[in-house]
Amino acid sequence: MYNLIGAGLIVIGAGIGLGQIGGKAMEGIARQPEATGKIQTAMIIIAALLEGLAFGALFLGK
Amino acid sequence: METLLNDFSPGLFVVSLILLLALIALMVKFAWKPILNSLEERESGIENALAAAENARKEMQNLQADNAKLLKEARVERDAMMKEARDITDNMIAVAKEDAKEVTTKLIENAQASIQQEKQAAIAELKKNVAELSIGIAESVIKKELSNKTEQLELVQGILKDVTLN
Amino acid sequence: MKIAQKTIKFLLIASITFFTSVGFASGSDKKHDNQNDGGRINTKEEVETYILHHIKDSHDFSLFSYTSDEGERKHIGFPLPIIIWSSEGLVSFMSSEFHHNDDGQVIVEKNGLKFAKIHSKIYEIDKGATSVSFDETHHATNAHKLLDFSITKSVVGILLIGFLLLFWFSRLAKQYKTKQVPTGFARVLEPLVLYVRDEIARPNIGEKHYRRFTGYLLTVFFFIWILNLAGLTPLGFNVTGQLAVTGCLAIFTLVIYTVSGNKEYWMHMIWMPGVPMLIRPVLAIIELAGALIIKPFSLLVRLFANISAGHIVVMSLIAIMFTLKESLGVVGATGLSLVLSFFITLIEVLVAFLQAYIFTMLSALFIGMAVADHSEAH
Repeated sequence: MYNLIGAGLIVIGAGIGLGQIGGKAMEGIARQPEATGKIQTAMIIIAALLEGLAFGALFLGK
Repeated sequence: METLLNDFSPGLFVVSLILLLALIALMVKFAWKPILNSLEERESGIENALAAAENARKEMQNLQADNAKLLKEARVERDAMMKEARDITDNMIAVAKEDAKEVTTKLIENAQASIQQEKQAAIAELKKNVAELSIGIAESVIKKELSNKTEQLELVQGILKDVTLN
Repeated sequence: MKIAQKTIKFLLIASITFFTSVGFASGSDKKHDNQNDGGRINTKEEVETYILHHIKDSHDFSLFSYTSDEGERKHIGFPLPIIIWSSEGLVSFMSSEFHHNDDGQVIVEKNGLKFAKIHSKIYEIDKGATSVSFDETHHATNAHKLLDFSITKSVVGILLIGFLLLFWFSRLAKQYKTKQVPTGFARVLEPLVLYVRDEIARPNIGEKHYRRFTGYLLTVFFFIWILNLAGLTPLGFNVTGQLAVTGCLAIFTLVIYTVSGNKEYWMHMIWMPGVPMLIRPVLAIIELAGALIIKPFSLLVRLFANISAGHIVVMSLIAIMFTLKESLGVVGATGLSLVLSFFITLIEVLVAFLQAYIFTMLSALFIGMAVADHSEAH
């Protein structure tokens, strides 16, 4: 039960983080469409790092 | 965490370690090295070909420029030659005209000289005739004078009537 | 002739795609356990155990199973050899001797030792005991796990995909000897190779060093990608969802960037210049933990979790077919399950590529950090 609550918290946190990353990346792309490639690469890397963190936490609790 | 560690199989880890090492080594040796080398070769080949094409284009441009220059030079030369030729002909015509003039003037001069001479000769002849006539008149006058003055004058008049100058 | 070849190829691909959907559905419809209802899966709990069983490595290669008219459970597939390091040395036998039993009821005797298979793990039963006894948390009390070098399903997957990759790319390599531009299937592979080289290796490692690591990155990229895709076929591989395999890949990256790290890299890690003396040891601990533990851990957990989660989601959505049969009716449940699992499978195809890309990308990034000339960067 507590595991599930923890997992939910992790997902909330990761969701907020991913939303921030994606949203800011979109803003960046809208502002400078010519930098789309670079922004996407950076976005994926940061999202991957966040994802790693979230998964690490999820599996620590499993 | 516990379930994770429980799921982890050390045996599979060892087996996959060995297999992956072998796979990486084989792939690098038989696939990636030749592929990457050929790709690089091809890329440098394309680059060289592009550079060569650019060079050829430049050379072509140079050639064209040279051609234009040569053409211009040739035109200038031709113009010069034409001008020279024209000058020469003009010169020749002028010289010929001069010569002709000279010749004519000489001819005219000669003619004039000979006319003068003839004239002189004619005058001299006339003078001689006049002198002879005068002498003849004078002779007859002198002969008549001796007799009569009126007769003398008549005589002169008569002679003068007979003699027409020229 | 050429048209005929193309037609055959097309039919092959079409049949594989068809087989994928059909096979997956039928594969998840059955269960290995011999139960009263002939091993059919109907309840939520059975679905859960089936999915958890699938996520794990298995010792036999079962394509699907069904119950015959006589109520007998039939398994279509083939057994794989089990090779284990027991208390008396190496023991090997075929997995068919367990008769698809997975809860320690069938006991195999070899070299005077007794073995049982519990949840896809081979246990050696202690001397004197005849059967496995469990405590209340379902842990075996009189048996212990063994070092298991078996040719499991994952090993088969690695071998299969390994040979496939070798075959494809050595053929591509051979084509360059005779022509400038490859033809046929190799033409598809070439831009992928160029993509990894020009979009992953070159920008992240740098023009000076990238050549040394491109081979490793290419191997890892195609290995992960093709195995991820193989996991979506009815063959049901879950190789990149095995911690042992992802751990192996992560350790390769760790070893590569640790070994090839230059002086500046270690300098910045152990004794960060331009920082007060007192903070330096603290920073060193953080940096070392980051480089040696967190980086490889995030690599291995990300791949494992994404692929496992993908498999769980796809299989759960397929299981809607029976779990919601009562509330939605057969047609409704099947339709819902088909639509949902179709779309999630499409997303999984994307994830298969994305995870391979991210693993390779982060590996390249870490290697690039280790070999970068810091004098330029700072």
